[in-house]
This record gives sequence, structure tokens and C-alpha cells, in this order.
Amino acid sequence: MPANTMSKAERDQGHARVFDLSQHSLRELNQALHKLTPGSNETAWEVLHPKGSHSVAVGVDQPVSIDVRGSVGYYCAGMNDGATITVHGSAGPGVGENMMSGSIVIKGDASQYAGATGRGGLLVIEGNASSRCGISMKGIDIVVHGNIGHMSAFMAQSGNLVVLGDAGDALGDSIYEARLFVRGKVESLGADCIAKEMRPEHLELVQGLLDKAGVTGVKASEFKRYGSARKLYNFNIDNADAY
Amino acid sequence: MCGIVGLFLKDKALEPKLGAMLSEMLICLTDRGPDSAGIAIYGAATGNEAKITVQSPKPDRDFRGLDAELAKAIGAPVSVAVKSTHAVIRTTPDKVDTAREALQTLRPDIRIMGAGEAVEIYKEVGLPEAVVDRFDVRSMTGTHGIGHTRMATESAVTTMGAHPFSTGADQCLVHNGSLSNHNNVRRELVRDGMKFETENDTEVAAAYLSNRMAHGKNLGEALEGTLSDLDGFFTFVVGTKNGFGVVRDPIACKPAVMAETDQYVAFGSEYRALTKLPGIDNARVWEPEPATVYFWEH
Repeated sequence: MPANTMSKAERDQGHARVFDLSQHSLRELNQALHKLTPGSNETAWEVLHPKGSHSVAVGVDQPVSIDVRGSVGYYCAGMNDGATITVHGSAGPGVGENMMSGSIVIKGDASQYAGATGRGGLLVIEGNASSRCGISMKGIDIVVHGNIGHMSAFMAQSGNLVVLGDAGDALGDSIYEARLFVRGKVESLGADCIAKEMRPEHLELVQGLLDKAGVTGVKASEFKRYGSARKLYNFNIDNADAY
Repeated sequence: MCGIVGLFLKDKALEPKLGAMLSEMLICLTDRGPDSAGIAIYGAATGNEAKITVQSPKPDRDFRGLDAELAKAIGAPVSVAVKSTHAVIRTTPDKVDTAREALQTLRPDIRIMGAGEAVEIYKEVGLPEAVVDRFDVRSMTGTHGIGHTRMATESAVTTMGAHPFSTGADQCLVHNGSLSNHNNVRRELVRDGMKFETENDTEVAAAYLSNRMAHGKNLGEALEGTLSDLDGFFTFVVGTKNGFGVVRDPIACKPAVMAETDQYVAFGSEYRALTKLPGIDNARVWEPEPATVYFWEH
């Protein structure tokens, strides 16, 4: 339900603490979130009128749920450690950057470097993600319902990237041990990234992530797996000219 | 950094508000570039009038009596509307080149911001809000416009280093990014007869477009050429007589968001620049693809 159609009574009934960014500053919101302590009763938050603000709900480290009603700018939900954050709109660059744990759901699209350097948790993008999705990911799981842009999963170290649509150019360039699963077409693979066999454990892994991300009507068997050929791991004398 | 905005109106009812809408969009992006700001506004071209926007470091001295002196020099009627450090000179379309030449002699300190049948270009050092106030941009009517707020990286903070840069009659360019091969490209363009006012990288991009078009390319082809000939980061927005175009370099790390409704097409470096536009909640919002030239025209 759009926030502006909710009555105050309805909000109170839901026990959500409502924070209107047209009335209060972003700093007030983030400080209130940072003051939360373990066992706090303020477990549900609602943020109204974000209007593309930067850094909405960054650095939350308690298992609360936060619903952001509208589109956000740069770095939303960065460093999230345990919260469940839903953006009912689109997200600007760097959403969920360096997430540690918890989950982030973007109902719209995400701009470049979504989930960059993420170490854990689940990032779900229900629309498309643009370039560099999952760049340098280090353990995060990312599920994108739509397409991802070029240079996604560049230098991705660990974690899983599941894409229901297509991937842009240079997917997985210089990848380490992250696993990439793409259902649609891949424009091109980056250096040292190759297609790999979908073994039973991968089918199980993808099915588990689709379930967690609330994806229905899509089978794990429809995905192809991509990962590292492991040829860039060690210095190769044949490449000496390139240095 | 730097911030760019663009607004192309489809709904004529919004035309009296163009200046106000574009001003709000640009002010929203102030923290992307507090050094200088500029705006190009396109009014409807009548076909029997041309406009030259000029700037002077000493407007009191340079603009006084300019209308009569210029009219005498070119043998055609001239009007001069002064706005702070800028003035819009109106004359007949066939006299634009003669007037530009005459200005060099009559007022050697004057700089030409741009010329054409529709465009007026205003730019100065300062925050977007100060620049908008100085030139009363909010009251301006028009069909479309582009704006820029600058965080300087490649050259000095001066009026001439501010954007938009004129690329030809009724054409101008704003840029977010930095070009790394602008010195080489400038040398090549100088050899081909192009003239430069600054050490600025964007001026080189503007001159590159003018030069390609002088060699017979259309604007779309010239923009395609930037993808192979200019090295560096760029999101360019170009204003034309009938609309505007957008192109991003293949790496596309300089941000860009677009929104379209039945009433307008809007461009912003960030979504927050678009949040005050009417009907934005139901607009189609998307990110322009890298290495792809887009155009919207009336």
C-alpha cells in the first residue's frame, strides 16, 4: 500500500515507527537506526518520501525491518548487518554495498555496482540491475529478476549471483571463486570466466536462492553456471610481456 | 562529479514553467558541483530572428550603446537585452556571422556564449541558485533546455570554463566526467583551424562535435564519433534546436537517469533531480545504456 494513503491509525496499528524524510533529516533517521540496541521493541520502520536521498538506512546492525516508500539515491542500505530492508521503488548506485548479513529487496531497478564487495546476506533486485552488479562480491548472494549490465561480478571472490534475465558484456572478468548463474543470454564473458557444468549441488543451491528470493515459476535447471577458469591465479611467465 | 539536467517538454502547457522546472532540477544537484553553473534554454524559433548570447567582464561598459553601434556596423536592426553579465543580441538570421565579426572589433572583451534562432546560454561562476537568480532563469519560457553544475577537475574555475559549451548554431554541450586525451585532440583540432578559449576538456569535446559537423557529419554521427575518438569518462547531453541528445562512454560510470511521461522527457545525473517534476511517480524511469546515442526531438 502506498504510504501516503495510510491513515495514522493504520500506521499505529502496524506498530511501525514512521520516519518522514520530508519532515526530518536523513541524519536523524540514520542516527535513530544506529541507536537501536539488541532486543529493542522498535522492530518495524517505515521511511516516507525518500525522494532519491543518498545513504538511506546505511550501517543498520540490528534485525529490524525497514520499508522505504519510494526511490533512493546512492548507497542505500550499505553495510547492512542483519536488517531486512525493502525499497518500494528503485535504487541509485551502490545499493547494499558491503552488506554483512540480513536482506535487501529492491522492488524496482538498481543502478550500477549493486551489492559491491558484499560479504553476506541476500540482495534481491526485482527489476534490472545496471553495470558492475556484484563487483568484488565476497560472500553475498544476489538474485536479480531482470537483466544485469556490463562488467558484473568483476573480480568476484565468493558468493552467488543468480540472474533470471540476461547479462551484459564481460561477465565475471578476473573472477575468483564466486558462482554465477544466468538464465538468459550472456553478451560476453570476461577474462578467465568460463561456462561450467550445472551439477546437482548447483541445482540445489539455485533452487534454494530462488525460494529465498520469492521467485516462482522458474526452474533451477533453466540456468547456466559460470565461474573461474583459475588461469589468472598465479603468475604465468608467458604473460610477462603484459606487465 | 558535476551534475547535469535536461528537460524536453511535450506538453505545451508546461512551456511557461520550463525555466522554473529546470532551475529546481539544477539546484537539487548543487552538491555535485558548487563551482559554477550554466543553463541553455530554447525558445520557439520564429525563423525571422536570430539570437547571439554574449558575456562581458565589464557589462556596464560593453553593453552601453551596443545596439546602435552594432546596427550601424551590420546595416540591420539590432536589439540588446541585458541580463547581468550577459546580453542577448537579436538581429536578422542572415546577419549573425557579420554581427559576430563586428563584435570582435566593437567590443573585443565580449565572449560569445552561443548563437542560433532558439537558444540562449547563461553561465557563471557560483552556486546554481546564485546563477539562476542572477539571470532570472525561473521566469524563462521555452520548449526544452539543459543545465550543468560544475565541480572543476581539468581546468580553472572561470566563466568560460563553465558549461554549456556552444558547438554550433543552436547547439550546445554539457559534460559530466573528464577526458584524458583532450590535449592531443585539441592539437589536432587546432591544426584543422578550430579556436579555443580555455584549457578545458569539455571545450575540446564541443569543438570536436563542431568540427565533425563542419566535415559533413550530422550530430548523431558526430556523437557516435566521440565513443572512439575521445578517451575518458563522459556522460554528454547536447541541446539542439529541436530537442536534446544523450550519450555515455562505454564504461558508463558517470551516472544518468531518465524519466518520460506524456508531458516531458527529463534527464538527471541523479533521480533526486527529477523528484519535483509533475507525475514523476508514474513516469517511466530508466538508465540510458552505455555507448548508445539517444535523441528526443519535436
